[in-house]
Amino acid sequence: MSEPVVDAALAKEHGLSQEEYDRACAALGRTPSFTELGVFSVMWSEHCSYKSSRVHLSRLPTKGRRVIQGPGENAGVVDIGDGWTAVFKMESHNHPSYIEPYQGAATGVGGILRDVFTMGARPVALMDSLRFGAPDHPKTRGLMTGVVAGIAGYGNAIGVPTVAGDVQFDSAYNGNILVNAFALGVARKDKLFFGRAAGVGNAILYVGARTGRDGIHGATMASAEFDEESEAKRPTVQVGDPFMEKLLLEACLEIFNADVLEGVQDMGAAGLTSSTVEMAGRAGTGVELDLDLIPRRAKKLLPYEILLSESQERMVMVARPGMEERVLEICKKWDLDACVIGRVTDTGHWVIKATPGYDPLSGEPLPAEDQKKIYVDIPVPVLTDDAPKYERPCVADPRKTERYSFDPSTLAFDAKSDLLDLLSSPNVGSRAWVYRQFDHIVRVGTALRPGAADAAVVRVFCDESMMGTSPMPREKWLAVKSDCNGRFCELDPKTGAAMAVAEVCRNLACVGAEAIGLTDCLNFGNPQRPEIMAQFRDAIDGMRDACVALDVPIVSGNVSLYNETDAGDGPQAILPTPMIGGVGLIEKPNDVVTMAFKGEAIVALLGPVGAGALGGSEWVWRKTGKVQGTPPSIDLAAEARLQKLLVSLCRRGLLTSAHDCSEGGIAVALAECAIAGNTGATVSIPNGADKPSSLFGEDPTRVIVSYLPAQEELVRRAATEAGVSLIALGRTGGDSLVIEGGPSWTVYEMAVAHAKALEPVVG
Amino acid sequence: MKAVVVQFPGSNADWDAMRALRDVVNVPTEFVFHKSTALPAGTDLVVLPGGFAHGDYLRCGAIARFSPIMAEVRRHAERGGFLLGICNGFQVLTEAGLLPGALTRNAHLRFECRDVRVRVDAEGAFTAGLLGEELRIPIAHAEGRYQADEATIAQLERDKRVAFRYVGDNPNGSLHDIAGIYGGPKRNVLGLMPHPERACEPALGSSDGKKILTSITRAVLAR
Repeated sequence: MSEPVVDAALAKEHGLSQEEYDRACAALGRTPSFTELGVFSVMWSEHCSYKSSRVHLSRLPTKGRRVIQGPGENAGVVDIGDGWTAVFKMESHNHPSYIEPYQGAATGVGGILRDVFTMGARPVALMDSLRFGAPDHPKTRGLMTGVVAGIAGYGNAIGVPTVAGDVQFDSAYNGNILVNAFALGVARKDKLFFGRAAGVGNAILYVGARTGRDGIHGATMASAEFDEESEAKRPTVQVGDPFMEKLLLEACLEIFNADVLEGVQDMGAAGLTSSTVEMAGRAGTGVELDLDLIPRRAKKLLPYEILLSESQERMVMVARPGMEERVLEICKKWDLDACVIGRVTDTGHWVIKATPGYDPLSGEPLPAEDQKKIYVDIPVPVLTDDAPKYERPCVADPRKTERYSFDPSTLAFDAKSDLLDLLSSPNVGSRAWVYRQFDHIVRVGTALRPGAADAAVVRVFCDESMMGTSPMPREKWLAVKSDCNGRFCELDPKTGAAMAVAEVCRNLACVGAEAIGLTDCLNFGNPQRPEIMAQFRDAIDGMRDACVALDVPIVSGNVSLYNETDAGDGPQAILPTPMIGGVGLIEKPNDVVTMAFKGEAIVALLGPVGAGALGGSEWVWRKTGKVQGTPPSIDLAAEARLQKLLVSLCRRGLLTSAHDCSEGGIAVALAECAIAGNTGATVSIPNGADKPSSLFGEDPTRVIVSYLPAQEELVRRAATEAGVSLIALGRTGGDSLVIEGGPSWTVYEMAVAHAKALEPVVG
Repeated sequence: MKAVVVQFPGSNADWDAMRALRDVVNVPTEFVFHKSTALPAGTDLVVLPGGFAHGDYLRCGAIARFSPIMAEVRRHAERGGFLLGICNGFQVLTEAGLLPGALTRNAHLRFECRDVRVRVDAEGAFTAGLLGEELRIPIAHAEGRYQADEATIAQLERDKRVAFRYVGDNPNGSLHDIAGIYGGPKRNVLGLMPHPERACEPALGSSDGKKILTSITRAVLAR
């Protein structure tokens, strides 16, 4: 079979611009081979090269006293004390999940888990942040059912609990859903592993599933917007096998323990190519691979296909000198395919050889060395550090401020029915239909389950053996949470992104955890449109400001662009959604606080009352179906004071509950505390209960807390010393939420409304 | 006393069982890999843990029964040794014919993870002194609907071998609300869908499962 002729037109089909094609030719000093063109197309894709985002990402704060590994590796690593670390990352699987929801979501979970255990960590928790289109859009039900089943199918089988996450709906996601998967693992500080092909002459091993044709050009697909023909891209969606990944996980942890590896990396986007190129890039070495040796499950694979396949559950390992046999032995125990496929070299080139027409599945003997041909020979930096990098034009969207002129006071308001309506909104009410399909308790660490508090709390075991054989392992307590209100980011990307960071950290503080590190998943539209690029630029600035103010670093992350669809009537981008995942450290188990009202306690509002901003609020969305109005602003210094105070109050054991005010404002927060604790309260609302702004306004930096009357003095003094406003609202007790000068609701009727929130979507 | 937790490829609650037995109930416990052909000398209790043994792409537990260790597990049970199958372990026991009946797809067709209430309906080594007591224990399964032919169910009821029954609501459509059953020549085998090993510490929201593990520990020591 003759290969296609490589020219600018073929390069364009591969997603490379004329300029990029010329750059590739110049870098090689010749026309790339067909196989090399495929390699350039994936390595220079947005997904792998971050070519539009890199100039902005460099502004994010990534350092801190606990940071051991920031962005650039498979996952971020943060010190949690006593020789142990938290390893975590979040990653998008948006495009594949829209095309094939079950497999797209499942392999998203599989991919992020590999990123984490590749670092030497045992995975202990998963989260998923999901965005779907309008609840009544004809595709939403099928997409949501498939995505949830896919996450369950993978996470439950591999045995890592899915402990938290968030789900939101908006018509802006009709054509581009978001599936952002987060994984957290724990590793010994002295036994971290990195994706480095170090040590010239060392053997490079292939471990795990055999290579097929699935997922070829997945990275390129994730780097283009959708059109009417996107459904035809189904063959580029990968297929997951959680059983294989479970074997891979256990085998890897055993191999790590044996101290035989120099480096290791999973084969994710752009498979064998991206993994080995990046490993050589980080180590400053070269790599030579012999594709004749690659285990495969599809017949007659071409070098082009082998290099671009995104078959799942595969790892690349670089063994220490002479240690490859031990790696192979452990893989055999776990019934995993493994073999040596190449060597680390000192050439600085990425070299791929193979025998033309050879197919090991045909049963032919391995060809002799002199029959092999060089298919690829590219200097490693050309594909990594020297990949294209763009400072794309940015122009703020004029529609942004037009929407500010909307006046929410023109909308009908009825406190009694509006609260019940908000509680039953798919964006607010119970997520039990989702999280009950996830095994959220496997590994006996889940101390606060989904729905119990503002963040999940996981007890992690610092098991020296990593295999469960060290008796009475030390316990650490970590909180995890993910969030992003895309509406605020749409109306004001900078403030919205700052508020996303603030909310995640606030949620961690509400359970008594100090935020120690963040990861992000930056979901935006087409970066070649200046208004999208302006959103991206501004969101990064907002995140940076919040991270600096709250003194929390971003240690890993992922960018997903081109989340937009043109169905013939112009590009429709998603709400800009810089999803933030956070990890918090809890000092001692007794510090943990839930949102549930209990007993007879004083209810108070911590933080500034706020202006009662309704722009971009859930209340306006329920009434108008639109994201409009002047959004809230945030005082990051006040936010930092509030969070410090919360953690300190939790550590001193002074709070009986804590819950932040977000979608639906103070009224929804109070209702959620009452529902969670099956306990009512009688409260007054600052600025009066007769206005939607005071009940349902969504100003940030506010937390509903409760504490025993005997602690009132201590709590007040702590708030005063911290410079945080505290307003006592009333008392818990009874079976109703009673608002003075306003309506009341039984806890039962609120719980019923809350419980049926997802019914309009999933039945 | 010595307990072992069998590790099939794809077991994922093996750690949960190890943690509960070794660190909470203080029973010396070790893992045994499914390729082993012998149990450690002096094994008193064998636990088949939760998970997805061999991937469970076929029927749950259908392949695990062919794992090399299973011949030895069967001999252990036939000799009257204690054998506990939790969740996937219960599925393996029914596939291996060590317990009657089958566990099929939940009636609502979804995986379901939440706390349930079960009532202890039979006395035995795993439930000594617990008859009639209600326990709060979590479930986490997609195939937990206990089914058997009428004669088998009638026999189980007659022999008082229904160890646990769901109370309040039946999460999966099991016949007779069956959550767990006794079997073996000396009522020495127990299979149940709920996870007692995940409810052994106050930090996890319930310690009710510990009662089951404590009961079997006492039974071993009393032998």
